Amino acid sequence: MIIPDETGRPDESPISEPTPVVAAVPGIGGVPGAVRVIRREAVYFALRNKKLVGGLTVVLVFLLVGLFGPVFTGPDPLAYVGPPAQAPSGEYWFGTTTFGQDVFGQFAHGLRATFFVGFFAGLLAAVLGMLVGFTAGYRGGLVDEVLNMITNIVLVLPVLAVLLIIAAYLEVRSVQVQALIIGVFSWPWVARAVRAQTLTLRAREFVDLARLSGAPVRRIVFREIAPNMASYLFMVFILLFGGAVLFAATLDFIGLGPTDGISLGLMLNYSVKWSALHLGLWWWFIPPGLGITAIVGALYIMNVGLDEVFNPKLREM
Amino acid sequence: MTLRVTGLKVYYRTLRGDVRALDDVTFGVEDGEIMGVAGESGCGKSTLGKSLIRLDGRMRYVEGRVDLDYKELPIWDDADMNDFRYKEVSLIPQYAMSALNPTRKIGLMVRDLLESRGIPFDTVSAELERRLGLVGLDREVLGRYPIELSGGMKQRAVMVLATLLNPSLLIADEITSALDVSTQRAVAEALVGFRDNGFVDSLIVITHDISLVYQIADTIMVMYAGKLAEKAPTDVLVNSPRHPYTQLLISSLPEVGVRYEGKRLSGIPGSPPALLNPPSGCRFRDRCPVAFDKCGEEPPFVEIGPDHFAACWRAS
Amino acid sequence: MLRLDGISKSFRIGVLGSRYVPAVRDVSFELRPGEVVSLIGESGSGKTTIGRMVLRLLPVSRGTITFDGKDIAAFHGRGLKDYYRTVQGVFQDPFSSYNPVFKADRVFAMIRTGYFPRIRDAVWREKVEDALIAVRLRPETVLDKYPHQLSGGQLQRLLIARALLLDIKLLVADEIISMLDASTRIDVLNLLGDLKERGLAILFITHDLALGNYVSDQTVILRRGNVVEAGATGAVFGNPTHPYTRRLLSSVPQLHRKWEQVESELSGVAGRCPVHTANDAGAALAEVSDDHRVACLALGEDRPCPDSAAVSAGTAGR
Repeated sequence: MIIPDETGRPDESPISEPTPVVAAVPGIGGVPGAVRVIRREAVYFALRNKKLVGGLTVVLVFLLVGLFGPVFTGPDPLAYVGPPAQAPSGEYWFGTTTFGQDVFGQFAHGLRATFFVGFFAGLLAAVLGMLVGFTAGYRGGLVDEVLNMITNIVLVLPVLAVLLIIAAYLEVRSVQVQALIIGVFSWPWVARAVRAQTLTLRAREFVDLARLSGAPVRRIVFREIAPNMASYLFMVFILLFGGAVLFAATLDFIGLGPTDGISLGLMLNYSVKWSALHLGLWWWFIPPGLGITAIVGALYIMNVGLDEVFNPKLREM
Repeated sequence: MTLRVTGLKVYYRTLRGDVRALDDVTFGVEDGEIMGVAGESGCGKSTLGKSLIRLDGRMRYVEGRVDLDYKELPIWDDADMNDFRYKEVSLIPQYAMSALNPTRKIGLMVRDLLESRGIPFDTVSAELERRLGLVGLDREVLGRYPIELSGGMKQRAVMVLATLLNPSLLIADEITSALDVSTQRAVAEALVGFRDNGFVDSLIVITHDISLVYQIADTIMVMYAGKLAEKAPTDVLVNSPRHPYTQLLISSLPEVGVRYEGKRLSGIPGSPPALLNPPSGCRFRDRCPVAFDKCGEEPPFVEIGPDHFAACWRAS
Repeated sequence: MLRLDGISKSFRIGVLGSRYVPAVRDVSFELRPGEVVSLIGESGSGKTTIGRMVLRLLPVSRGTITFDGKDIAAFHGRGLKDYYRTVQGVFQDPFSSYNPVFKADRVFAMIRTGYFPRIRDAVWREKVEDALIAVRLRPETVLDKYPHQLSGGQLQRLLIARALLLDIKLLVADEIISMLDASTRIDVLNLLGDLKERGLAILFITHDLALGNYVSDQTVILRRGNVVEAGATGAVFGNPTHPYTRRLLSSVPQLHRKWEQVESELSGVAGRCPVHTANDAGAALAEVSDDHRVACLALGEDRPCPDSAAVSAGTAGR
């Protein structure tokens, strides 16, 4: 062998035509019918994917706890309800803080804030990033250069410093404002990645064929290019979701979190502030820490599963 | 006799079972012979080329024997084959040109490669330059990056490199298919030059383009669906093929001068069988215009004329 | 019907787009209904660029392309859509022509969305089946499959069927068979011939001279963006005049004839132009015989190509 790094690309595919996996509606392609078929197949494979189902289950469990937990624990997570520094028990599932606040109540309320920030900040950043990335990548030329410049400027802004200044100016900070701020500053790398992918996909011949079919730009971008990036965009959203959760926790931790309410980050902040670690109150900081880790981890595993669902080639393995 | 392959079977492992990409192949290549291996995609020609030098991760040696210069090649053992690779048998892979590391100069890559085989660069550098000259390359290419060379230049540099230690067998796998016609000819003729200069004893040229091997090969072997269909001296195979597949393949090729209105050519209907659980009997049976009952049995690959072998009941 | 008038194309490259690289220089030719023109050239000859300009996938830098007398650069929105109703393309790589996420027959659905939004399901199905039969595909074997479940030949035919759903007059076929196996190539090529007999004009772009010769009426040989020889296919292949055409012809591997043999035959052809050199930039085309033009550097305002005399003398002598 003379070439040290062989590409390993199989030149001949000895694997013969795979048998069709799904007996779908014979679709000569009535348009609404075709879309329905695609969705139905995606669901079919999604339900059979262990990674996706497992990850989704974990996320849903936390979401349900966040949605319904507060109904049982009362409306105010900061209320002093019991004896201080109690270990977990039947009455207080996650124990109490040094002030006698219910940790489970805080955890459930905190999950709400965490999901809220993660979802909306992630969504905002993904939408902004996609808009900029698709436009720059598909249009090209001057539009691309201007958008690229803006992206790079936002990318090199010292986000934490800017956030500190913004946070210092805003006297009343809510979870919504936090989500907005995080979202507005996390899109640039999405835009760059989407732009790069759009550039390569735009050069593919199926995009030319779509143009030859008289499809408008909007449809080419969202129906031809975007579906090829679907799993990638979902991964982006997951990373943004996770990133926003962690970023929110950081802000909370250094005292720039919401001025009202509770979040998993604020719980960590309080537990450290009141020396939970030294006092051995593990039930105060373990649940929020574990919660953040589990949510982010489960989302990541979901993403891997989703890739298999969206990619028909991986699907047949 | 340089190369003798006997009953070689190499399968691809897949989750759904073995794909019989190379199924019971027997042939020989003489000293000084250039043998062309032609066939369509999926016929096993590249698998054959790889089997003689390195099985990739998905390939599984099943049985058979390969002898090179009367020594058996341990093709099932990746480590033992190291003694033979490059020195006795060398391969120019299909994507050799694009497999060159773009961030390293050609000369440094050559040095790395030689030293990884325990050969000091200085002992062969003079010969290397001489041979680069023979294929029309300046010694200056050693100081350049792959991106600075054209496809044909890279391909010729790779060829020189592959044959630097005078292997007895060189396997060239589709090395001209990405090139323009005028470069294609230069590369193909360089291969003949290597044989004439004694850099290699014999050559196996694998290609989908039977008219290319017609130009340079002494014998042509046609493969179909993992098996050998026909093997004969070049002129015999092209001018009087006996296997129906070879006949149809050759008659489906438009030649310069043939026009649609004048002489309408036709292709071969159907497609090759799946090699995962292939059908018994002759694998060309379903597409063959002259198939008969006997084709349910597998035809042996037998000599039907001087140096002319075919696997067809109608031919023998 | 389709007319290219002195079209050129340069691409901007470099960090700030400061350098212009010419890809096509001053190319003119014409396509009439029911005619196949092959555009033959090696990589970098600009043949694909010309095809993309005809399909309005790339803008023209200089010159005009007219279709039925109208400048195609002026088409926008509805006008462009109507242009694509009559002019369609099929590309080299069958696998990259399909969106891998979707089933292959979605290419038909896209035509339906764009051009037949109100057609009834049953009528549409019949139309699709007719188009598939016209390209000799059995509907049940190709519909409702993913691209990787079909062969390259099947995929290319599906794309031709897609074009037939529209009322096309011109098909741009860019290297559509170079990635197919030998035994299926000829069938796709014959299909193009049948379409031509139905009155379709085809711009057949290829690097393979034998394929170009097989189907085309007119041949245009390109080299680095310039036309070096053009004319009736019989004239170009029967009497290759430009040294580049000769070199291409003598390098094509042929069956039954070895390279040396072809070369000696070609060198015996009368009328070699001594003036044609490696650098053809700006060489004008000179008429060497009826419907046969060759790039000639010696051509001046009132100087005829030296070759035209030689060739006419040569042919007269034969």
